[in-house]
Amino acid sequence: MNLTLRVWRQQSANAPGRFISYQAKDVTPDTSFLEMLDALNEELINRQEPPIAFDHDCREGICGACGFLINGVAHGGQRGTTVCQLSMRFFKDGETLTLEPWRARAFPVIRDLMVNRSAFDRIIQAGGFISAAAGSAPDANVTLIPKEEADTAMDAAACIGCGACVAACPNASAMLFTSAKITHLNSLPQGRPQRDQRTLSMVVAMRNELFGSCTNHGECEAVCPKQIPLEFIGKMNRDLIRELWHKHREPLVIPSVVQLPSAEDSHEQFHEDVHPQLQEDAHQHLHEEARAHAEAEFPGRAGGRQ
Amino acid sequence: MLETRTPLGPIEQKWDKCRYEMKLVNPANRRKHSIIVVGAGLAGAAAAATLGRQGYHVHCVSYHDTPRRAHSIAAQGGINAAKNYRNDGDSVLRLFKDTVKGGDFRAREANVYRLAEVSGNIIDQCVAQGVPFAREYGGLLDNRSFGGVQVERTFYARGQTGQQLLLGAYQALEEQIATGSVTMHFRSELLDVVVVNGRARGIVTRDLVTGQTDGHAADVVVLATGGYSNVFYLSTNAKACNCTAIWRAHRRGALFGNPCFTQIHPTCIPLSNEYQSKLTLMSESLRNDGRIWVPKKKSDTRAPNDIPENERDYYLENRYPSFGNLVPRDVASRNAKEVCDEGRGVGPHGQGVYLDFADAIHRLGLETVREKYGNLFDIYQRITGEDAYKVPMRIYPAPHYTMGGLWVDYHLMSTIPGLFVGGEANFSDHGANRLGASALMQGLADGYFILPATVPDYLASTKLEPVNTSDSAFKSTKAEVNDRINKLLAIKGKRSPDSFHKELGKIVWDDCGMARSEEGLRKALARIPELREEFWRNLRIVGTGEELNQSLEKANRISDFLELAELMCTDALHRTESCGGHFRVESQTPEGEAKRDDANFAYTAAWEWKGSGQAPALHKEPLTFEYVPLSQRSYK
Repeated sequence: MNLTLRVWRQQSANAPGRFISYQAKDVTPDTSFLEMLDALNEELINRQEPPIAFDHDCREGICGACGFLINGVAHGGQRGTTVCQLSMRFFKDGETLTLEPWRARAFPVIRDLMVNRSAFDRIIQAGGFISAAAGSAPDANVTLIPKEEADTAMDAAACIGCGACVAACPNASAMLFTSAKITHLNSLPQGRPQRDQRTLSMVVAMRNELFGSCTNHGECEAVCPKQIPLEFIGKMNRDLIRELWHKHREPLVIPSVVQLPSAEDSHEQFHEDVHPQLQEDAHQHLHEEARAHAEAEFPGRAGGRQ
Repeated sequence: MLETRTPLGPIEQKWDKCRYEMKLVNPANRRKHSIIVVGAGLAGAAAAATLGRQGYHVHCVSYHDTPRRAHSIAAQGGINAAKNYRNDGDSVLRLFKDTVKGGDFRAREANVYRLAEVSGNIIDQCVAQGVPFAREYGGLLDNRSFGGVQVERTFYARGQTGQQLLLGAYQALEEQIATGSVTMHFRSELLDVVVVNGRARGIVTRDLVTGQTDGHAADVVVLATGGYSNVFYLSTNAKACNCTAIWRAHRRGALFGNPCFTQIHPTCIPLSNEYQSKLTLMSESLRNDGRIWVPKKKSDTRAPNDIPENERDYYLENRYPSFGNLVPRDVASRNAKEVCDEGRGVGPHGQGVYLDFADAIHRLGLETVREKYGNLFDIYQRITGEDAYKVPMRIYPAPHYTMGGLWVDYHLMSTIPGLFVGGEANFSDHGANRLGASALMQGLADGYFILPATVPDYLASTKLEPVNTSDSAFKSTKAEVNDRINKLLAIKGKRSPDSFHKELGKIVWDDCGMARSEEGLRKALARIPELREEFWRNLRIVGTGEELNQSLEKANRISDFLELAELMCTDALHRTESCGGHFRVESQTPEGEAKRDDANFAYTAAWEWKGSGQAPALHKEPLTFEYVPLSQRSYK
């Protein structure tokens, strides 16, 4: 089969980018999408042109390194499939495919189809772990864990951290990613001692990374290669409310109801620097808005302790 | 030259004795010591997190954008531990014995015993971290069996055990990064090891985004950079897996142990077309319930479900009645190759055998099979377009793991003082063949328990002069690295890096793969230097060194594979016996099984680099077997 590829080419983080068209000829339907790009890159090298840069590694759909948009859809649109596992059988002869990197302000482009996803690591650093020094653990069977809880934890832990959820979200929200890790750890008895602190810290870290908030579009679940369900966001919000309630903290933004003011334009502005003062103002505004929202949602709690 | 530093005394007391005799670093002094850990897979992330938590200042280097991408993540089946939760006769001694025997008596007994000894602690540690292992309805941990053993000692998290264990280690590492005890260097690749006055004191890395090369100084360097199966080009390893770190260390004086010991995994999806970039593994756990067969007739083109029961050859069950489909990997792979060579292979190229679940589905029900193996069936469907619930899977062996690696002593230190090696990167505890579910065990044993004990001993017992990156050793090593990069870029020939890699892979697969002969190895040894010469004359890289350049990264890795491949073949040629995954066609029993030659080859071959164009020098570490008597393996 023959295809036309419109590929986003961008030399470096600060260089302007643009689409360039390439012809992918005689593609075998058995090859994977990345193998098709490998072949195109070989041809580009033969023509002395720089090959297309894209992240990839295991090519088994588990490392989470690969991912870009194909015709605007993260990982290309086959359910539960990363782009490395996407077979060319999925496309039709003669199609034109547009390839571009994840578009989100929190994921700056590095080159071509590669983006910087280190914001995810910083969310994990905020609390996505159970503190257990090597050598201090009791026997593994000391704590019984009901199978259902272990299964829920495993469903959530299946996240590969690829970033498709962020790319698919109109708000560039990282809530599916964050809630998956929170659900994994909070579902287990071992995770309970740090549950409240973990939830709060990770939600705050997520907001500090300029991800937008969830407005229940569900695009994230639709493109997630591991089919992490949207309900985990609900679980996360529940854990967050419990934390706020129990600890009587200053009211905090409830992520599912308050939107980051600049979230709607985060897609257009992904390459622009955010002015620090604007950001500061936005946060101030957000805080006030949150107070108002929290007052509406939880009368009597916002703005003061009982 | 090869001082193993194995403690004296009964085997069950060696590790205790070693820990008792090792020197310690006072908690207040730990932050004064810096440790570089290269690689952030199971061994690297676990070691970096644990040493960071102990209070050392750790620098962790990874060529990925985040430590969670390391290829440990792709391990599917499980992790062994001698917990005996099943009450089916398991014990530390039995895991030890199974591993020594599975490795065909080419591993160091003391190391293997220690591995079995700490295996239980690993499971405890992982559960405490929140690894969601599979559980029974009563809430206890579930176990399953794996190839080469007769007990159920494998812990698993669906078909994603490696992912869950790696995420556990990754999360522990991120926690330490947050506290500041570990500094993470992302998208940063080791290109050389810096040796000062005979000790490893740092590394030179290239920032893969900017192209800048930098020296990093430390008191000790730990390599946990994985294996070299990608020397075959097509393997189950991730695309970036490479031998550069261990090969550069080898060239700086670290001996290379048993380079020819590679594992060809029996259950992978067969090759389908010439553009294929890698082979995909199907977990060995499938052999618990799947039955392997080929048609009795040659070139039988009927659809598998049309071939009646009496015209099928369940060759593993017939030849090895006591282990059946659960024979060790080397045996399963060799048998698959044999039936395909006889012309009874299945699939488009005749390079495949069936792995059939019809009986399991009949016995256990579709839902149970789906629960156990669902994700593997999904992977298979995505790649082949076939539904393995309805038609048997087709599988074929593929390069998967390398038992060889840098030679290390009992403390996991290489022959360069201050250079420690963990996980698949060392020549390891698996001898000539690794049992399934033992790689995760070894990586985590090294990372959580062995290195965090032995590295501090080195720091406490060694007088280390201060070094910094402006010292001459750092300057000269960095200059060599830059020269090498410039040399690669300056060739401006006609062939892409991948085209060389594919050609090299084919040479090594054909002549140093599942079956090796003197004739084939000599042919490969003639061909590899020619290809290397052409590489340095005719390579084409587009772009510069001062930018993100994936072709340059590849080319640099391939240039090291081109040297390592020669050492692999040299080692395979010198070892005229067959053992484990190393099958010399000249050395087989009348039944066609691997025939060891204990009188002449009961040793670890540790090769010393003598310079480009020079023959490497062989050193031998004699292996003695006091606890598991030497015997011909039999899985009949």
